Amino acid sequence: MTIAVAMSGGVDSSMAAALLAENSPRASSNGSPAVVGITMQLWNQRRLPAMQGLEEGETPGRASCRCCSPDDVYDARRVANFLGLPYYVVNFEDRFERDVVRPFVESYLAGETPIPCSLCNTEIKFAQLIETALKIGADHVATGHYARIRRDNETGRYRLLVGRDPSRDQSYFLFGLTQEQLARALFPLGEYTKEQVRAMARQRRLPVAEKPDSQEICFVPTGNYRLFIDAYLSEQGMRPNPAGGEIVSTDGHVLGRHEGLENYTLGQRKGLGFATGEPLYVIKMDPARHRVVVGSDQELLKSRLRVRDVNWIRLVSEGESFAADVKIRNKHLAAPARVEAGKNAEAVVRFASPQRAITPGQAAVFYDGKEVVGGGWIAQVMD
Amino acid sequence: MRRVYLDNNATTPVAPEVYEAMKPYFLDDFGNASSIHWYGQRAKAALELSREQVARLLNARPNEIVFTSGGTESDNAALFGIVEASRSEKKHVITITIEHHAVLHTAKALEKRGVRVTYVPVGASGVVDPGDIEKAISPDTVLISVMHANNELGTLQPLEEIGRIARERDIYFHTDAVQSVGKVPVDVEKLGVDLLSLSAHKLYGPKGVGALYVRRGTLLRSLLYGGHHERDRRPGTENVPGIVGLGKAAELGTEHWESETERVGAMRDRLEEGILQSVPMATVVGDRLRRLPSTTNISFDYIEGEGFVIAMDLRGIACSTGAACSSGSLEPSHVLSAIGRREKARSSIRFSLGRFNTSDDIDYTLQILPPVVEQLRSLSPRYNKSAITV
Repeated sequence: MTIAVAMSGGVDSSMAAALLAENSPRASSNGSPAVVGITMQLWNQRRLPAMQGLEEGETPGRASCRCCSPDDVYDARRVANFLGLPYYVVNFEDRFERDVVRPFVESYLAGETPIPCSLCNTEIKFAQLIETALKIGADHVATGHYARIRRDNETGRYRLLVGRDPSRDQSYFLFGLTQEQLARALFPLGEYTKEQVRAMARQRRLPVAEKPDSQEICFVPTGNYRLFIDAYLSEQGMRPNPAGGEIVSTDGHVLGRHEGLENYTLGQRKGLGFATGEPLYVIKMDPARHRVVVGSDQELLKSRLRVRDVNWIRLVSEGESFAADVKIRNKHLAAPARVEAGKNAEAVVRFASPQRAITPGQAAVFYDGKEVVGGGWIAQVMD
Repeated sequence: MRRVYLDNNATTPVAPEVYEAMKPYFLDDFGNASSIHWYGQRAKAALELSREQVARLLNARPNEIVFTSGGTESDNAALFGIVEASRSEKKHVITITIEHHAVLHTAKALEKRGVRVTYVPVGASGVVDPGDIEKAISPDTVLISVMHANNELGTLQPLEEIGRIARERDIYFHTDAVQSVGKVPVDVEKLGVDLLSLSAHKLYGPKGVGALYVRRGTLLRSLLYGGHHERDRRPGTENVPGIVGLGKAAELGTEHWESETERVGAMRDRLEEGILQSVPMATVVGDRLRRLPSTTNISFDYIEGEGFVIAMDLRGIACSTGAACSSGSLEPSHVLSAIGRREKARSSIRFSLGRFNTSDDIDYTLQILPPVVEQLRSLSPRYNKSAITV
């Protein structure tokens, strides 16, 4: 077995690589190395200097750039050298822009609040990276995700379970993995807690043992995605038209104007630009009419949603209805619901009790206890 | 695992003779070549011997050799040095589109300072037409800079013709000969060059040292300030061990190039023929006659170079997708783009052989390579689609 381990330069993927290096033979049967470190170059941080407040040609400092920066590649290479692994940087910038960045921006423009990490996992990490792994002669791909994979010996299907550390579980971002991808994926950290991983990294004196975790979307290092969208749109010459529109109440009164749907997320209270007696929240986006709809906190509570592009990890047939705990955003506590599998990879979810700010563009992931049954993208929220 | 090094255009191993020659200059003869005392004299003597050795290799005079930190510095020193020393009001420089970045980026920097630069295109062969250089000349042209051997394709430029043109028009002529020195005859008189860049680590010498040949009487301004070393042409305490290594490498080059060229050329031809025979849809890029005997650039349809190089490396064979300096960049090679192969640039692989390759290396490569290509193609969606339509 030859394993390609994705190394971002962070402590998790570095520790995943360390565990593999320790538990693998030096070479696979054909004499090639058994573990190979790979860093995916996904985004050029120098590309949108406007976004970082930099002049063209200037290099951003360490604090301002996280993913795919020369510093991260440097760290990943340092760890690979430390572990004695062959190490390569592969360039997926084209694919990443096409499959992750552009959909991210378009989703925002359409009034959604997207999560690029899930798209990146399915389209890049477990599609492109597996392809590259196979090309270079590896048969498995490992990452530092906190999740677990089990093979059901009776059915031969692969099951996806939450990580041992519930506070770090990343299964929410992995709902899109196909059976073929799960068969080739390895998550060496699935059985550990974050604290254990940190401690193991320190114990081994990994060069990145003390490196802080990254918090933000990797290609928006400052966390200011509005600035990013703005910079990207001007680079691409694709300013939306019209950019702004009306802010209306649920009963249709015009309360003000906005500067583009991408500036709002569901549940948002601050920054609406006008004051009223009772607190108002963004409760709906209306991309067709370029409207932001605001209302009371109560109006944010909804029970039903339609989910598109559902990927079933467990075998579920069309028309089947089952009870599940459904998670509608990464930090959401999965809530009891009934899931009905529909046609064309769609599903309808009905929560037992209403949930706050169910947001189109986010993922809805269905759990049976610790196991991921499937998941998809929130397309529509219904009353 | 067996390892085969086929990336000699990126760098070469140091020859054992070179290594031996350098050794005393770290511990015993460590002096500063500018010092008056015995230690300094030892170092100075070594420098001057190296200067003679390099001069002999190029058919130049020793006092025309300036030691530098390598090819990049030599190119910078030549381009900036000539332009800055020129008293013309308007300045124009001519170069070609497939130069190494050490020349191209320097030319871009000159443009930012108001110098006009013409980048003469080359044809699909990767060889420039001297007539096109001549046509680009204008009354304010101060320098023509055309590389000798291209690093990616190995193609050799017609320097003699360009040298003749430059001399007739009284224009300084520089060549970046980093890839050709030691591999083919490089005679500054025959080629008619006024300035020539070379680097030690491409001819079995150490990294971090090179030289610039500057024809006597050439007006050149130094890039750096800080001392009177190298006849005021390059200040800074000389890298004595490195320069000794360069000298020894030059001496070996002078002695051996003819027999080596033949032997390396025969291995390259066998590798090239072997690949073309065993792998369908593979083509040699660039002119096959006018090129270095050590280099072949082969395009494999439906292959992504990056994956190929990694797959080969994991099986012990080192080759490259182009200039090592461009690794990790997404931009297709400017050389392949310039010869009209932008679309196929990412499927081109450079194999560059050297003195230390053996016939067994070629056998091993020919055994490993075809299944690697097959494996990569089998995973290429475009290849599978084309296979169905055929």
